Amino acid sequence: MTEIVNSFRTGPDERGHFGIFGGRYVAETLMPLILEVEKAYAAAKADPEFQREFDYYARHYIGRPSPLYFAERLTAHFARNGKGPKLYFKRDELNHTGSHKINNCLGQALLARRMGKPRIIAETGAGQHGVAVATVCALFNLPCTVYMGAVDVARQAPNVFRMKLLGAEVRPVTSGSSTLKDAMNEALRDWVANVEDTYYIIGTVAGPHPYPAMVRDFQSVIGNEARAQMLEAEGRLPDSLVACIGGGSNAMGLFHPFLDDREVAIYGVEAAGLGIETGKHAASLTGGEPGVLHGNRTYLLQDEDGQIIEAHSISAGLDYPGIGPEHAWLKETGRVTYVSATDDEALEAFQLCARLEGIIPALEPAHALAHVIRMAPTLPDGHIVLMNMCGRGDKDVFSVAERLGVTL
Amino acid sequence: MTETRIDRRFAALAAEGRAGLITFVTAGDPDLDTSARILAELPAAGADIIELGMPFTDPMADGPVIQAGNQRALAAGTTLPKILDMVRRFREQDGETPIVLMGYYNPIHKYRVPRFLADAKAAGVDGLIVVDLPPEEDGELCEPALAAGLNFIRLATPTTDDRRLPAVLRNTSGFVYYVSVAGITGTKSATAEATRDAVARLKRHTTLPVGVGFGIKTAEQAAAVARHADAAVVGSALVGLLGGAGTADERADRLLGLVRELSRAVKEARR
Repeated sequence: MTEIVNSFRTGPDERGHFGIFGGRYVAETLMPLILEVEKAYAAAKADPEFQREFDYYARHYIGRPSPLYFAERLTAHFARNGKGPKLYFKRDELNHTGSHKINNCLGQALLARRMGKPRIIAETGAGQHGVAVATVCALFNLPCTVYMGAVDVARQAPNVFRMKLLGAEVRPVTSGSSTLKDAMNEALRDWVANVEDTYYIIGTVAGPHPYPAMVRDFQSVIGNEARAQMLEAEGRLPDSLVACIGGGSNAMGLFHPFLDDREVAIYGVEAAGLGIETGKHAASLTGGEPGVLHGNRTYLLQDEDGQIIEAHSISAGLDYPGIGPEHAWLKETGRVTYVSATDDEALEAFQLCARLEGIIPALEPAHALAHVIRMAPTLPDGHIVLMNMCGRGDKDVFSVAERLGVTL
Repeated sequence: MTETRIDRRFAALAAEGRAGLITFVTAGDPDLDTSARILAELPAAGADIIELGMPFTDPMADGPVIQAGNQRALAAGTTLPKILDMVRRFREQDGETPIVLMGYYNPIHKYRVPRFLADAKAAGVDGLIVVDLPPEEDGELCEPALAAGLNFIRLATPTTDDRRLPAVLRNTSGFVYYVSVAGITGTKSATAEATRDAVARLKRHTTLPVGVGFGIKTAEQAAAVARHADAAVVGSALVGLLGGAGTADERADRLLGLVRELSRAVKEARR
């Protein structure tokens, strides 16, 4: 199904739809609040003072702009007879807190403050979003509760402790399968019960409208910077963009400013876990089908009765059975090509990047790099690949060591 | 829309001068056979309308008690076709008691809306409550359901203000389900005064019957609601009994016992 589209950058429509995806599938109790968030965000977006505030903290607190880095040794690694594709990293792993998550948290915390909401809630899987939320809440003196699946609390102990150090309350979630999707359910339950004083900082480009568009807008700082930086470095746009996708916020942030540059090929890399054919994966677009969960219509991992299936990935940050609705639409329109990389491929890429570039990537962007490694031999000389290095791997050294059979 | 079993039941209740008792149980909880038995015996125990939950892995608006009921039902192998089959068998015995299916949209979406509506209608379902379909998404299921002759029962909540209420009520039929507290099922309870005022507010906007639910756990609370509303909805207090000790039949007996108690209280509330 391919639609004729004049611009890929105008969505969503006024009801939050990207084609047939997106929307606002929430309980009535939340609807008035969702409409309030939408109105407040529209007003903030049109207010230069809000943008100025965002820019100030982005620069002085997060450390933006993040560098565009020519990955010299990986480029040499890919070379054939001294020639081949050129690889650049957008270094969002250098942000304060170590990933792109903080970009969105800053924007939403500023919005919550504008709306006069004195309490923040959030969900987290690996804990990167939770840490970023706890960080901005410390910065703006907002009490914050982070919901985290009990399974994730156990396997991400360092991030749990970080959140606590930052003053957040971490509530382990034992309902359902005790992972990210259940943490999101629990955050929604909290919100329904505390609509008057609470703002929910969703961590990815999913959830009911306006969240997918709003989170994309805050993350688009990645693509906007990268576009200008690439023009400065190379005098032209990249030929390919590559980013990993769980919910899809780092990818959406990189992709969106380039969507109407038709000469730029775009690749989103999902987590194939143990392999798509095993059913143990987190690749909603590759191995799922359209459904409705967490406020939006999108591709979901679900069984034949419409029950949601647990995602699997070595990377806790990609371990979500859904995906942002705009990605679902970009898949259907054919503008973005969605592929996947397995746990093993990501582990290979993780180690290669550490050895050749002195950058220990998070397991999430290691999936993106795995696809770069796969496509490099097929790319013509001088082809420029821009990959989003959206997080650093400090948080992953324990699980990688375990996978490699190393006792720390 | 032509008259449905729900319309007839509320008309009969009004003629009797009393409120109704609406009971919620999850289909397949604690297992399919026991659930079918509960369904068959609910009308005699005093349920005026039966809400039958369609279990879902991610029941976002429900508290721990109903979440557990959903998980028991799924573990017992409950699927939408089996739920519709359960309703079909119930209808062979009972042509009068309305059945409202309640749940979340994704299992219906997966089953496909036109097929679901045709099969639900044929099985003897009278109405639908789908928690995650607000009026903003009426085109999905609400409008096709009305066209298929099924009531679409909407939830109104404390956060639904007077400006929004008309939109919520526009395509609602059968009755309006007033969620008496902002929150999830089975947790907080509203005061009798708050409920009375809320029902009065709804009655200014609609001629539909108003059922009140969320947080009604005891016969006293049900009676208090039944003095002002057209029906009291009880869910978590019943579902909680199915998660208790004993055999499945013993748990079902306790549930039916509570339904009898609630029914007496509701029937006597306005005397």
